Amino acid sequence: MSYIRKVPNTWWLQRKPYFLFIVRELTSVAVAGYCGFLLYLMYALSKGRPAYSAATDLLTHPASYTLHTIGLLLVLYHTITWFNVTPKVLVFHLGEEKVPAVVIAGAHYAGWLATSALVAWLLLGTGTSV
Amino acid sequence: MEVEIFRYRPEEESEPTFQSYEVPFNEEWVVLDAINYIKDEIDGTISHRWSCRMGVCGSCGMMVNRVPRLTCAAFLKEYYPRKIRVEPLDGFPVERDLVTEMDVFVSKLTDVSPWIIRNEGEEKPIEEGTYLQSPRELAEYKQYSMCINCMLCYAACPVFALDTNFLGPAAIALGQRYNMDSRDQGRNQRQEVIASHDGVWHCTFVGECSAVCPKDVDPAGAIQRAKLSSTTDYFKDLLMPWGKRK
Repeated sequence: MSYIRKVPNTWWLQRKPYFLFIVRELTSVAVAGYCGFLLYLMYALSKGRPAYSAATDLLTHPASYTLHTIGLLLVLYHTITWFNVTPKVLVFHLGEEKVPAVVIAGAHYAGWLATSALVAWLLLGTGTSV
Repeated sequence: MEVEIFRYRPEEESEPTFQSYEVPFNEEWVVLDAINYIKDEIDGTISHRWSCRMGVCGSCGMMVNRVPRLTCAAFLKEYYPRKIRVEPLDGFPVERDLVTEMDVFVSKLTDVSPWIIRNEGEEKPIEEGTYLQSPRELAEYKQYSMCINCMLCYAACPVFALDTNFLGPAAIALGQRYNMDSRDQGRNQRQEVIASHDGVWHCTFVGECSAVCPKDVDPAGAIQRAKLSSTTDYFKDLLMPWGKRK
């Protein structure tokens, strides 16, 4: 009779690639959480200036800086690990030649940089205070 | 050096054990040489599969220190002086010692109809010759045709280990091999299996199937590309129902 081996619940701790995969999956919680927070800010804005000011006051709390730093690291990890695998999904040809993986991933990083620059310009360059 | 081998002899024991052996360390030896040495010189009761010894037949895949490897391509010097622990491939029932049951894997391969399918009435008569293909058309699927069915990708896949209903990396890559072949017209037929819940959508993109593949088939890439084309199909059917694929 054949023997069937059970998969332990700790399978993702047994090898580094599995662990990093689980970390990548969990970072999506941080992405979703921050989206929720931005939606909350918009909701507060719709309730008028006092409600919005109360919401933005939360941002000056020391805990907010800590959470934002942790959140930023998790979102960076999420973004970089996903951008790095985009060439596996997107395969293009230019004539007979396959577009190199570094170009596909690089295009995503360029888009990210351009979007970040645009947001920075909107927030800082135009002199608008938030 | 020490080599520890997974033992399971159904007529003797209900639970597997590990048995340790001392083998001479030889720089040119691979793990398969060590197992063959044990079988020939120390303990003839060990059961394992192997054949070509040159990474072509795909028979000697085993877990070496928890990583799926072709034992004919894993050198002792990669591990020395640490001990080596050899186990049967993860995810498959163990028949005896290092030998696993392959039936599930083989049936998954046939599930994707791995042959060229032509529409009815569009088969070219033999006298008209072969279907011609450009180098670019060949390059589209060639990578996926290099699979040697060694099952390392399944052993590396935690999704398959947790749910063996998952069609799995090699079978999906094989389906893509035909889907991307310019001579083939059977994609829609294969989609029923490939785009099903137990097909590509079960994959969470761990990516280890591609990392352990000894032939650089990149099944993880094949699966993600199949997801992308299935999603494109869905939106095309939704937005342009009149242009439904036949």
